[in-house]
Amino acid sequence: MADPMIEADGLFKTYGRTRALAGVSFSVPAGSVLGFLGPNGAGKTTAVRILTTLALPDAGRARVAGIDVLAHPAAVRRQIGVAAQDATLDGLLTGRQNLALVGELSGMRTSQARARAAELLGSFELADAADRVVKGYSGGMRRRLDLAASLVTRPPVLFLDEPTTGLDPVSRQRVWEMIRELIGSGVTVLLTTQYLDEADALADRIVVVNHGQVIADGTPRELKVHSRSAHVEVTLAEPGPEAEQVIAPLVSGRVSVSADGLRLDAAADSAPGLATVLVRALDQAGMLVDNIEVRQPSLDDVFFALTGADIPVTTTDQVRKG
Amino acid sequence: MSAGQGGPGTGAAERESEGMTPAIAQRPRDAAVTRPITHSVAERVRNVVSITRRSLVHIARDPTQLTSVTIQPVLLTVLFVYLFGGAIPIPGGSYPDFIIAGLLALNLTLATMGTAVGLATDLQMGMINRFRVLPMWGPAVLVGRSLADLLTACLCELVSAVTGLAVGWRTSAGPLRIIAGFALMLFFAYSMSWVAACLGLNSKSPESAASFGFLVLFPLAFVSNAMVPTQHMPGWLQAITNWNPVSAVIAGARQLWDNPNPSASIGAWPMRHPIEASLAWSVLILVVAAPLASRYFRRRTTE
Repeated sequence: MADPMIEADGLFKTYGRTRALAGVSFSVPAGSVLGFLGPNGAGKTTAVRILTTLALPDAGRARVAGIDVLAHPAAVRRQIGVAAQDATLDGLLTGRQNLALVGELSGMRTSQARARAAELLGSFELADAADRVVKGYSGGMRRRLDLAASLVTRPPVLFLDEPTTGLDPVSRQRVWEMIRELIGSGVTVLLTTQYLDEADALADRIVVVNHGQVIADGTPRELKVHSRSAHVEVTLAEPGPEAEQVIAPLVSGRVSVSADGLRLDAAADSAPGLATVLVRALDQAGMLVDNIEVRQPSLDDVFFALTGADIPVTTTDQVRKG
Repeated sequence: MSAGQGGPGTGAAERESEGMTPAIAQRPRDAAVTRPITHSVAERVRNVVSITRRSLVHIARDPTQLTSVTIQPVLLTVLFVYLFGGAIPIPGGSYPDFIIAGLLALNLTLATMGTAVGLATDLQMGMINRFRVLPMWGPAVLVGRSLADLLTACLCELVSAVTGLAVGWRTSAGPLRIIAGFALMLFFAYSMSWVAACLGLNSKSPESAASFGFLVLFPLAFVSNAMVPTQHMPGWLQAITNWNPVSAVIAGARQLWDNPNPSASIGAWPMRHPIEASLAWSVLILVVAAPLASRYFRRRTTE
């Protein structure tokens, strides 16, 4: 595996009496996309703030592009692009001026910064609005401009903090498309999101955080398999009162039967050949099956299984300081 | 890429992808990054110019920000000269000759409130966070803004001088002394903009910055020799006005402009040597407030 471009090692952070991070560790290999997933207040933004030099951890280490974030924050700033949750743009400047300002402040010459701004405005479909004041931009346009601002210096590491929160579905799709175009160009991305479909669609690996701790870490596929929570729905040709007893041992949850006795629902462990096993059992009990559906778990199921129910928490045990 | 292959949009899509492509991920050599990052003087100057330009664009987009240095001086000058002027006898001169230096210092002091509010707004809107993650020279955020304030202070002086001339302010001083008087005011205004920066960086919101600024700047500007001779004030108040930096700046300008300066007969050191006192105050304020503002800035932007 390639060297990690982003490494968090046992990060702790407390704000007043709120513990935002309680020993968060993860790493992102070069050129990959990590989905940093968790509900509001899970500690996602705090972790991003530490990795982007905006906050200091109470304990733990962080490295970006191989550079120690705490020891050399200025050097880290030369390697990163940040698109923050509260789109940090200057409302009184035009889109073009915003991007040129970011370029100039990053050390580009004025002409260079202007050229790069024009280029990015084109790529992000903002050329028509380039000379309008950002205050008048729609939410989707602001996010696209913010994304563009994070790319001005072509940084090898990108932090995208909830890039689509609060966007309508169409704008969301467009931002996704733009992020997808970035991926594969060799850039390393840390993407925080509350949306599972977003992590599923964009990330190579997902780290799930809750209450300041990592509760799961894996590829979207691994997480789905790991949760084992498939869902089974059987439709019978005629009501069979004993059907419930037949399938109960084969599924994991309580079997619920519809009022007409034709449809049965249950949660089940996602095992290979589950549909065959169920149909065979019902057939042996003399029942005719009209339809059977085994739905594989979505990331939503995984997420709720991990955060809602009290599932054994797989945290890192690198507790160093209270 | 999102555009279909071979379609009419292919050429554009290629150009687009080029624009979006960041650098190929490469870990920089460790030796290169462990060297502390320093910014050359040229880089610092460029950063400061960018931030100053940003502030000027703000003013151009929202000219109401300039009311405190344009409309307010005109209004106050007309108000004081015609409303109070007749009722306040000035030994050795006319009220307009006396009041212009006072009003200019008052307006310049109150105008620094804009700095406090502007910085508090940048903090609230997250703009400062954007700056903090860029590889820029951090203090440029404050230095650039202070230079933009210096330019608006120049405008304030111009407006005040023209209005003054219109209401009867005259000076018999030579051009060098006139310029020196305005420069004395400008230096003081510049040092005060760093005090305002400290206020803004300690405010939770633009609104609280405004009321915070009002509480500090309003007494500073008014409890001085700006409006009336101080001789009739109670002793304790006189002591305050005599040692108020604003009084020294005003007395200094009056002295340079050969305008009536009733404070000259006061025994307190700053009133006997107003030019030296004014320069000393401005240097002292700058030396204390500028490093303090940088410290507040760092504290406010790293958690």
